[in-house]
Amino acid sequence: MGDKAANFNPDVFKKTAEEKSNARLKMWLEICAHCGLCADTCHFYLANERDPKMMPAYKAKKVLETINKKNKFDEDRLDDFYETIYGECTMCRRCTMFCPFGIDVASIISMARSLSASQGKVPKELLKAVEGHLESGNQMSITEEEWVDTLEWMEEELQEELPGATIPIDKKGADFLYVVNAREPKFYPMDISQAAMVFYLAGADWTMSRKGWDVTNLAMFMGDIAGATKIAKMVRDAAEELEVKRVVVTECGHALRSLQFESPIWLGRDHQFEVVHSVSLFAEYLREGRIKLDKSVFANERCTYQDPCNVSRNGGCAQDGREIVKYLCEDFVEMEPHGEYNYCCGGGGGFIPMAGAFKERRLKSGKVKAEQIKATGATICITPCHNCYDQLRDLSKEYELGIKVLSFKEMFEEALIIPEELKAKEDDEDEE
Amino acid sequence: MSLYELLRGPLLWVAFGVFFGGMALRVVLFFQLSMQKDKPIYRFFSWKWLWLSIFHWVIPLNETAKKNPVVTLVGFVFHICLIVTPLFLVAHGVLWYESWEISWWSLPESVTDYMTLIAIGSGLFFGIRRMVSPHVRIVTTAADYLLLVVTLAPFVTGYLAYHQYFDYQTIILLHMFFGELMLVVIPFTKLSHFLMFFFSRAVTGMEFGRRNAPSW
Ligand code: SF4
Ligand code: SF4
Ligand code: SF4
Repeated sequence: MGDKAANFNPDVFKKTAEEKSNARLKMWLEICAHCGLCADTCHFYLANERDPKMMPAYKAKKVLETINKKNKFDEDRLDDFYETIYGECTMCRRCTMFCPFGIDVASIISMARSLSASQGKVPKELLKAVEGHLESGNQMSITEEEWVDTLEWMEEELQEELPGATIPIDKKGADFLYVVNAREPKFYPMDISQAAMVFYLAGADWTMSRKGWDVTNLAMFMGDIAGATKIAKMVRDAAEELEVKRVVVTECGHALRSLQFESPIWLGRDHQFEVVHSVSLFAEYLREGRIKLDKSVFANERCTYQDPCNVSRNGGCAQDGREIVKYLCEDFVEMEPHGEYNYCCGGGGGFIPMAGAFKERRLKSGKVKAEQIKATGATICITPCHNCYDQLRDLSKEYELGIKVLSFKEMFEEALIIPEELKAKEDDEDEE
Repeated sequence: MSLYELLRGPLLWVAFGVFFGGMALRVVLFFQLSMQKDKPIYRFFSWKWLWLSIFHWVIPLNETAKKNPVVTLVGFVFHICLIVTPLFLVAHGVLWYESWEISWWSLPESVTDYMTLIAIGSGLFFGIRRMVSPHVRIVTTAADYLLLVVTLAPFVTGYLAYHQYFDYQTIILLHMFFGELMLVVIPFTKLSHFLMFFFSRAVTGMEFGRRNAPSW
């Protein structure tokens, strides 16, 4: 399996196409006026010198033709199709906002990914991560022991500074369960201690879980709804078993989208808890004065904010991010456009984990974002999404932006005002 | 039965029948399929977002309109002329009355005459735009051109008939024929968007709305 198609199976293809053709898709493919108004709303189109083949409706049309010709569809066409649906759309839904009919090209592409998956044709990196996720409970295949070790280690680190802080595990009935991206324990464990620090200072009643702690869902990007459902269920089960009121999602975009908005559909019922993104929780803490930030820390920097599509446009948290910024940055400049109207950074739709063959296209499509950032003159670009974060770092190198890319947690670590009485006594340390 | 009587009588009935029947069928099929396969529409149904979504596009209160003022202006004018002219034309009013003894308000003939020209002109604008803009050309199909012809033909022939250019008898027959042709193709082509627009805007508006985000 992986990149190469196994033998093309027209029956399976046809069956999947029929299964996935819902009333909306049918209507959209029929009423698209071919007006072209969506063209310059897509970052792929703009970054590729306005190549007409990159305009959203054209990509959607390709899918339509495929479905109509499902009997004559063969491996060569599948290859071509595959390049379009994986290499030319991040399913960011920007074009949808600008189409007079609100035609959702992203969901057309998503359906096409399901068709491709029915032929075993998916990017192998995604497949590997999803298989690992289904088997081990997280996409990095971290064992439960390693996970708990990491949490304990982070707790110790944190306690060196804040002796009273803890990272509770499986605390039943806590106010919220904090779920993360598996990259955190694997590559950025500090993300976890930073979050714990914020929660501690805010006096939160929270917990982490031994199981169902990885809230990412790459199966969603593969059009593998069955897999995506199982993955989402791991988180839901963990949360409902712990009887928490809320689940707080780490600074990650697609994780929020899949848990809050897509998974209730896959799972057929509403969750018994509320889903909240970190930015919303942080904004709430700042608003209520539960945490305080020292604005002077970043006074010499100019900041801008990258709205992750799946946090702002598809997650409804555009204002929350901006509210935090007010407490954090003296010199803040918006990108144009921004908020719900932001351009995708080019790292979405699974592009970052797809790595390999897609990297070049990913960097190219990020040109739009790079230019937007350049125009702000910012030295710091804040983004509450792991995918955007990686993409922006790559873009900064590629386009020589000279920016620091930071998550809110990273900035908080430096700017949080810690009450003296909570700090560790410095008697056995003589720094400074 | 003369050709005129045929077009004025039975074929007109057929055209109206296909038009109304076809559109009704489209709507029924949409509900039927969507209740099975588009459950989120019903689960997250919201009048508020439905109306907001339609409202922001029925009048040009959206980012697309700001970004594309010319296309938006021509597009609105085109659609208004397309709908208003045939419904409020004096000559059509007479026919409505003759057939069903119903009558309503109509526009002065000089106004509808200009509106006809505007409809044709703006239609041509879109036709030319299709040919010259690479990003529009690439999604254009033969059907798009044909449908533009079918849409404009009743206006062109109507204009010629009103001014009695060429042979009136022939032109009026053509006019009736094209008018009926247009009605017949609407339910089966992208022209059905005159109604499906509202459905599409509603579902997308609600989908964005449940994320608390605008779709305009
Ligand atoms: S998707 Fe919408 S904006 Fe794009 S060509 Fe079709 S109708 Fe026009
Ligand atoms: S969803 Fe985003 S990436 Fe895909 S076609 Fe639309 S604007 Fe382009
Ligand atoms: S990578 Fe970032 S900007 Fe792009 S789709 Fe995801 S959240 Fe959007």
